Amino acid sequence: MSEKDLVLDLKNLNVKFVTEDATVYAINGLNMELERGKAIGLVGETGAGKTTTALSLLRLVQSPPGVVECDKMEINGKDVLTMGIKDLESMRGKDISMIFQDPMTALNPVFTVGEQIAESVFLHENCTKEEANQRAIEMLELVGIPGERAGEYPHQFSGGMKQRVVIAIALACHPQLLIADEPTTALDVTIQAQVLDMMKNLREQYQTSLIMITHDLGIVAEICDEVAVMYAGTVVEKGTLEDVFNHTKHPYTEGLFNSLPNINDRKAKLTPIKGLMPDPSNLPEGCAFHPRCPYATEACKQPQHLRQISDTHYVVCDRYNEPDFHIEREEK
Amino acid sequence: MADVILEVKNLTKHFKTKRGLLHAVDGVSFTLERGKTLGLVGESGCGKSTTGRTILRLIEPTAGETIFEGTDVNKLNASQLRHARKDMQLIFQDPYSSLDPRKTVSQIIAEPLQANKIFKTKEEIEARVEELMATVGLAPRLFNTYPHELDGGRRQRIGIARALAMDPKFIICDEPVSALDVSIQAQILNLLKELQEERGLSYIFITHDLSVVNHFSDDIAVMYLGKIVEKAPSEELFANPVHPYTQALLSAIPVPEIGEKRERIIIKGEITSPINPPDECRFYKRCNYACDKCKSLPELQEIKPGHFVACHRIGEI
Repeated sequence: MSEKDLVLDLKNLNVKFVTEDATVYAINGLNMELERGKAIGLVGETGAGKTTTALSLLRLVQSPPGVVECDKMEINGKDVLTMGIKDLESMRGKDISMIFQDPMTALNPVFTVGEQIAESVFLHENCTKEEANQRAIEMLELVGIPGERAGEYPHQFSGGMKQRVVIAIALACHPQLLIADEPTTALDVTIQAQVLDMMKNLREQYQTSLIMITHDLGIVAEICDEVAVMYAGTVVEKGTLEDVFNHTKHPYTEGLFNSLPNINDRKAKLTPIKGLMPDPSNLPEGCAFHPRCPYATEACKQPQHLRQISDTHYVVCDRYNEPDFHIEREEK
Repeated sequence: MADVILEVKNLTKHFKTKRGLLHAVDGVSFTLERGKTLGLVGESGCGKSTTGRTILRLIEPTAGETIFEGTDVNKLNASQLRHARKDMQLIFQDPYSSLDPRKTVSQIIAEPLQANKIFKTKEEIEARVEELMATVGLAPRLFNTYPHELDGGRRQRIGIARALAMDPKFIICDEPVSALDVSIQAQILNLLKELQEERGLSYIFITHDLSVVNHFSDDIAVMYLGKIVEKAPSEELFANPVHPYTQALLSAIPVPEIGEKRERIIIKGEITSPINPPDECRFYKRCNYACDKCKSLPELQEIKPGHFVACHRIGEI
C-alpha cells in the first residue's frame, strides 16, 4: 500500500462540538485516501459532515467548541495536525485550497477581484506586487473572465462570474489538493455546465487532485473517479464510480439513487428514504442508518465493520456477513 | 373539449426601474387542464415566479387576462378576488422564511380558515387543522410546536397544509422542493402527487430542476427572459427539444449514471438584462444558431399537435 502516491491520507478522523447542552458528534471515524491527480466525490445530505471534513483538513474547525482528533492527517506528506500556525498559513492556499459553496459571500466586497487573487499569490510565491497582479490577470483569463475586469469589485459580477473568481483564487498558486464545497449549487444549470466544464479542463491541465463535495450524484458521475458516500459523519460506502453507481452495496446509497427522479423514465415512482437524518448529538447505536434502513435487523444495533468487496470497493454494513444478502439495486 | 381550469392570455408584467422598463413577464399565454400539472421551467430571472404571482394577483399584471373557471381574475374587485382566491393557492419555495416564526404549527394552518371565517367555533377549526395535518403527514404531537423546532421537510408540509386549508382547486407550487435534501424531496413530491390524485388538483409547478419537472408535470413550458420559448407535453419535450435554449438546458443536466456520454451544448455568456430588451429574439446574444432573421421577435408556433416553439430557425437547425 505504501507505494501509492497519496496526496491525502486521513485515518480515523473524529470531530465533535462540545457545548454546555450537548456534544454533537459531527464526524465519527472517517478514513479517506486520495491518490495524486485523482478526483473523489464526497456525497451525502445536509448534516452528513461533508463540509466539516473539509474544514478539518484545512484546520479551520473553530475550537472551542470543535474538537478534532485523528490518528493520521497527512496532506502532500506533511502532518497537518501537529503543524504550527506559520506552516499552516503557508500550506493553506498553496498545498491545499478550497472553493466555497456560496460565491456571493466568499469574496470580500471592499477589494477588487484582482487584489483578492493577487493576495494569495503574493503571500505564497515570493514575488513582487506587480508580478502577483500580473498573475491575477492571467488567472482571470484562465477562468474565462477578461483580464481588464481585474479592477472591478465583486458586486459588479454575476453569480457565475463570482464563482469563477473564487475558483481563480483557489487555483492561483497551483495547489496539489483542491476542495470544492458544492461549487455549483448556487448556480443555474447552464452556468453550472460552464463551470463544471472549466473545472474539468483545469484539472487536466494542472493535474490537481480534487475533493468534490456535493449532494448531486449527477455531478459526481461527471467529474469524479471515485465516490465516498457519507452518512451521519462517516463514510458508509466507497469505491470507483463503477463500483458505487453500478454495483451499489450500501442501503443508504441505494436510498439516495431511488429518491432521484429518473430523467429517462418519468413514470418511475420515487421511493424516498423513510424518516429523517438522525440528531448528531444523539446518534443511534450501531449503524446510524438502521432506524431508516429497510434491511435492518437486530444485529445492526451493534458496531459495524468495514468490509472490502473488491480492490477498490468498501462498504460498512454487517448484513453482508450473511452470504446471500443483497440489496435490490444490486440485481440491476 | 378539454376541461380547462385556467387560461392565461398574453399576461404581461413590466416593472418601472430607474434604468428603464423591466420586462419580467412579457406576453405569456397557456392553458391548464383540470387535474393536470404544467411545469414552468427556467433559470433565475426568467420570470417564472413573477408569472406565478401575477396569476394570483399577488403582483398586479400590467396587461393580459387570467381566466380561472370562466372569470377573468384581473377584472375582479377586492372582495370578489378574496373569494376567488379560496380556490387558488400558493406553496412557497423557502419553508424557512414563509412561515411566521411566532406562530405555532396549528395557528399557521388555521390562519386561512379564520381569515375567511369558514367555521364559527374554535373546536371546528381545531378539528379541521388536525385533519389537514394528518393529510400532509404531520404527527398530531406537532400541533403546538413552532416552525424553528422542525426540519425543512416538515416545514414544507406545513406550507402545503396551509395551502390545502381552503380546499382549493388549483395550486401554484413555487420551487417547493428546491430547499430540501433529495430523500426529503422525494417524500414531498410523492405527497403532492397523491394529493393531486385524491382531490383532482391542478398544479402549476415552478422549478429550475429539470429532472424533477419531467417526473412531475404533464406539460412543460420553458421560459427565457419573460417569454415562453417552447411548450410541449413532457415526454415530447424531453425526446424532441427544438428551441436551441431548451436543447442546451436539457443537455446541461448532470445525469447520475456513468457511461452515459451525452453531447453537452455549452451556451456562451449569461442571461442578458431584462431592462428595455431590444426587439430581437431574447436568446439572440447567446444562441449558437443566431442569424439575421433572429433580429425580430419570434412568435410561438405549433410544429406538432401540442408542441409550440418560438424560434425563427425551426427546421433549419
